[in-house]
Amino acid sequence: MRHVVRELVRGAVDSLVLLGRYARFVARLLAETPRALLRFGLVVEQVYKSGALSLVIIMLSGLFVGMVLGLQGFDLLERFGSEESLGTAAALGLVKELGPVVAALLFAGRAGTALASELGLMRATDQLSAMEMMAVDPVRRVVMPRFLGGVVAMPLLAGIFSMIGIFGAQLVGVQMMGVDSGQFWSQMQGAVERGDVMEGVVKSCVFGVACSAIAVYEGYHSVPTAEGVGRATTRTVVISSVMVLLLDYMLTAVMM
Amino acid sequence: MRATRAVELGTGMFVLLGFAALFFLVTQITNREVGFGDAGYRVTASFDQVGGLKPGAPVSMSGVTVGRVESIGYDFALYQAVVVLRIDGRYDRIPADSDASIFTAGLLGGQYVGIAPGGSETFLKDGDRIEFTQSAIVLENLISKFLFSKAGEQGTAAGTEGTN
Repeated sequence: MRHVVRELVRGAVDSLVLLGRYARFVARLLAETPRALLRFGLVVEQVYKSGALSLVIIMLSGLFVGMVLGLQGFDLLERFGSEESLGTAAALGLVKELGPVVAALLFAGRAGTALASELGLMRATDQLSAMEMMAVDPVRRVVMPRFLGGVVAMPLLAGIFSMIGIFGAQLVGVQMMGVDSGQFWSQMQGAVERGDVMEGVVKSCVFGVACSAIAVYEGYHSVPTAEGVGRATTRTVVISSVMVLLLDYMLTAVMM
Repeated sequence: MRATRAVELGTGMFVLLGFAALFFLVTQITNREVGFGDAGYRVTASFDQVGGLKPGAPVSMSGVTVGRVESIGYDFALYQAVVVLRIDGRYDRIPADSDASIFTAGLLGGQYVGIAPGGSETFLKDGDRIEFTQSAIVLENLISKFLFSKAGEQGTAAGTEGTN
């Protein structure tokens, strides 16, 4: 019994320690941001890796999520005889929730794991130590561009996801199910406000910071073994996904 | 590894697509405000009851949106709600004796201000006040009136029965 209590206390203290390490790491990343923005070429390269290379999966997922929304929304709204509201339902759902959240989950799976394993392998093959030997700060040279690349890419990916999703919903709702095209767009424009779009943008910015910070933290602090790199990648996906959903609830509650 | 030209090109296209998507979301799926900022002119109207009218609700004439409700306040001099309407500058020929009413769009829709034109030769301009107004219909009041009148009828019916 005493053993169990001791383990629980230790677990709680450990997670607080982890939280503290994360906070210190993120504070350092944010403090380095102005300087890192000056080395723009490095950031551009990472925007390409995190953002442009994630485009295919984001666009494909966005299209299918939108199409499913169109199908399910039509089925639901038809029961109330208000299938013209399909545009509103799909646009609000995508812009406020599904766009930022699903894009962030995909981002964690596609770009976050790549960042974590890359940094983890750099750690395991002593590349980071080599940089320190040459008086090059690895956080500045390697971690910061990757972090900022993710932060820049995330809102753009979420925006693309939402846009493609709305077209997917339009494809199913208007082309297949026969909702009136004018009603679809005009009801959407009447109901969606600029604040709704901004809510989605704010969310995706927060998710971008969270996912990128988690990925680079886990990679940078990974155990320098093959197993450690694997664990870092897994932890990146798990922690990112949970954090995205948790932050989503908190942000939604705040911005309601 | 240097950022090569192809990488920069790919990044540029990605960023362009991303901002195009955000621009699309902001401009194409949201309602475009009539007369953004200081454009147009403001008129006020006082109502006994504004019901569920909200700032941003449309002001319409014959179903055409000519402006938006800018703000709703309470005037303690009149003991009435004061609604400030911002009318788009294009619609500058609304007769000064027009009347404003608060309607509900559909059974469950939001409320809006409808303006019915009067016959005056002078037109509303910035700062004017619409004199003739009709308040929002509050469903509860209607129901209670109906119930009370029903109860009254039954009361008199019972009374006449008693005398017989």
